[in-house]
Amino acid sequence: MSAQASQGPAKRKKVAFLDREATSVTEAFLQRLLVGIHTFLSNGLAVAGLTIILLLIAVAAFAPWMATHDPNLQNLSMALKPPSSANWFGTDEYGRDIFSRIVYGSRVTLYIVTLVTITVGPIGLIVGTVSGYFGGMVDMIVMRITDLFLAFPGLILTLTFVAILGPGLEQAVLAIALTGWPAIARLARAETMTIRSSDYIAAARLQGASSLRIIFGSIIPVCLSSVIVRLTLGMASVILTAAGLGFLGLGAQPPTPEWGAMTSAGREYMLDSWWLVTAPGVAIMVVSLAFNLFGDGLRDVLDPKSK
Amino acid sequence: MSSTPRASDAAAVQAPLIEARDLRVAFQMQRGVFQAIRGVSFSLGREKLAIVGESGSGKSTVGRAIMRLNPPSAIVTAERLTFKDVDLLSASKKELRRLRGRHISMIMQDPKYSLNPVATVGEQIAEAYRTHHKVSSREARERALTMLEAVQIRSPKRVYDLYPHQVSGGMGQRIMIAMMLISDPEVLIADEPTSALDVTVRLQILAILDDMVKERGLGMIFISHDLNLVRSFCDRVIIMYAGRIVETVAAADLDNVQHPYSRGLLNSLPRLDQKRDRLPVIQRDDSWLEAV
Amino acid sequence: MTAISVKNLSIVFGEEDNETKVLDAVSFDVEKGEVFGLVGESGSGKSTVLRCIAGLYTHWTGEIRIDGQPVGAQLTKERCRKIQMVFQDPYGSLHPKHTVQTTLAAPLRIHGIGDIDRRITEVLRDVGLAPHLRFRYPHQLSGGQRQRVAIARALILRPSILLLDEPTSALDVSVQAEVLNVLSDIRDREGLTYLLVSHDLAVIGHMCRRLAVMQQGLIEEVVDYADLSGGRAQQAYSRMLFDASHHYDRSMANDITAARQAGGGTIHGA
Repeated sequence: MSAQASQGPAKRKKVAFLDREATSVTEAFLQRLLVGIHTFLSNGLAVAGLTIILLLIAVAAFAPWMATHDPNLQNLSMALKPPSSANWFGTDEYGRDIFSRIVYGSRVTLYIVTLVTITVGPIGLIVGTVSGYFGGMVDMIVMRITDLFLAFPGLILTLTFVAILGPGLEQAVLAIALTGWPAIARLARAETMTIRSSDYIAAARLQGASSLRIIFGSIIPVCLSSVIVRLTLGMASVILTAAGLGFLGLGAQPPTPEWGAMTSAGREYMLDSWWLVTAPGVAIMVVSLAFNLFGDGLRDVLDPKSK
Repeated sequence: MSSTPRASDAAAVQAPLIEARDLRVAFQMQRGVFQAIRGVSFSLGREKLAIVGESGSGKSTVGRAIMRLNPPSAIVTAERLTFKDVDLLSASKKELRRLRGRHISMIMQDPKYSLNPVATVGEQIAEAYRTHHKVSSREARERALTMLEAVQIRSPKRVYDLYPHQVSGGMGQRIMIAMMLISDPEVLIADEPTSALDVTVRLQILAILDDMVKERGLGMIFISHDLNLVRSFCDRVIIMYAGRIVETVAAADLDNVQHPYSRGLLNSLPRLDQKRDRLPVIQRDDSWLEAV
Repeated sequence: MTAISVKNLSIVFGEEDNETKVLDAVSFDVEKGEVFGLVGESGSGKSTVLRCIAGLYTHWTGEIRIDGQPVGAQLTKERCRKIQMVFQDPYGSLHPKHTVQTTLAAPLRIHGIGDIDRRITEVLRDVGLAPHLRFRYPHQLSGGQRQRVAIARALILRPSILLLDEPTSALDVSVQAEVLNVLSDIRDREGLTYLLVSHDLAVIGHMCRRLAVMQQGLIEEVVDYADLSGGRAQQAYSRMLFDASHHYDRSMANDITAARQAGGGTIHGA
């Protein structure tokens, strides 16, 4: 995210840049972006969320340097040691350093979130806008399919897909994505139906714009804001679902340091060794909360009418 | 309705219903304070007083300031802002609630947004009456039906049981008028009450308002952008520009306005009776922003 | 020469058991270079006529001829270059995320017309928009400026016919005067044909010599504005519409109420 990085120099130049008239489409867009960033930065909670997410990315990127131990190195003589200066978050039942496993686990979490988002977002957006724009038969068929998906509780459906696909990280991602796109498609469709009847779409049609051009040039840019907000808010539940699958042993397989799986494994030792579940549990909570706050802040910027 | 005891009855009738002196409304914005109304003074008797101006002139803000319905970010100050003897600026929330609806009523442009969509229109009118009068629900219903008849609704019993989405714009506005006038207010503030309506419907609604003002001796503030309309409908006209009053004239003298802005506004209107190649455009002058 | 010729134009909306005939055999002709007015109250179908001619509705029946050539229901690129439309609400007719430049460049790109920069500069000058507004978003423009952008967008393909759907009814009177002047100037210079829809007879009177009075999907009459304003209209409805627009009159309101009650909604006959 360049928001934080560019804040220093951008802020000094901003007054002058924002107050003068744009001289190109790019400049006009940049001005708009800066105003948005400014609004976002004035929301304390959202900035806190963004900071945690940036921190998570940094931790994932620099995991080898941050980890104090090898996350998968077993040392039974060190098993179930409470937090200390050597093992900051203690050790687990195989004597692995929990702090290092949390650090490496951030990679798994980010991997899942990113993969789910980049599959669910575009698919949901395109299916929803096309179905909403054309209406009629296309719309009917697509919407009955989404109904089918939405009729089941998300986690149950995900479990079914995992059961079919078999346990594993990639399978978990695929299952979460399969259950995630209908909600986005519904949202995009609802927005498209309102936009479709607006005068600016009528004007675009009168200019001879093809349906493809109208969908990609006029409708998707308007839908994009709310879809991005929805996806960001959804990331928290993606993390929780992934952790849930990990907890049930259907997600990442041992010895991958996945937070949900770590919580599950620690459950047996919870009464004597509380740190086994606490550390990954807190990590899941903090990160999903961060995505939620970030999403709320984004909504204020991208979608001011829903405030 | 008993008026406040005065030295003589004649004086009581003459005394203004609403008096505003140096009324100012400012809004606290993200970047500083925005002055929406910058020193407006007028008084309203038992008459039809028009406030005209373009968007941004502050005409609606004046109406809301009298009702004290401005958003919390608004800072309202005035040397004097009174309804009869009541100081509207220092009145408590409770007093204001009693005044609103009971003594001062307001009609908005679009009845769609002012009516509760999940209650029948009759219930809402009856409810408005019961808010200010301790009567049985049967009596309130009777009053509501009489009121619907008074605003020339042909079958009040049928309309009583309709929901807001089932009535047309003109009918909705009649219902609003019925609701606003049922508790016999003394002042009616109408904010663009007919701009969303067709000309023929508009005429009917105005006739109803006209009758109500005459029969009940109301004072009415008619906020509008339509100069042609206020010319024939109102008694006096206040012309506002950028939060100030630039001119106050009798409606009959509207063609003899002096201020260049008022003249410009009148000239820029297309005329029904004469054809011009081009419409004169107002050349705005910074000096208009200052006090007249 | 006839620019627009409409014969027996009808259109029905709604499902089978709940049909409403919005237009019922509407016919009129507009001469080349003329400004023709369509007046009527809400629900009279005046905007629907425009949308049929523009090609936004495709299920109408009857005949529409443009410059003598019958047009089909489907919107073709050729028709787009001939007919353009300006919408009522300048806040809803511009894409909220497109700058003026993007809005004006799109039609040129679609039709493969080069020289985008010069064409945009020219059209902005024609509608009286300062060049520095070129990279603004709609929310950074006033209502009058937005409507000028909408007019510029309609003009950029250099059509010969402009359909104007209440182009000034959302604007302040002083801004309305500016926009009407812009429209008059462009017509004088380019010899365009305008079909102007408005509920405001004063605007119609200012712009048009002839007009059609519509009521509930029917054309009551096609009349010269001079006749209408001189009280020589054939239909009672037209005369009443004119009088009601003129000023407030208590007795006229009574007449309308009486007519409504007798005629069950519509006002017929002379």
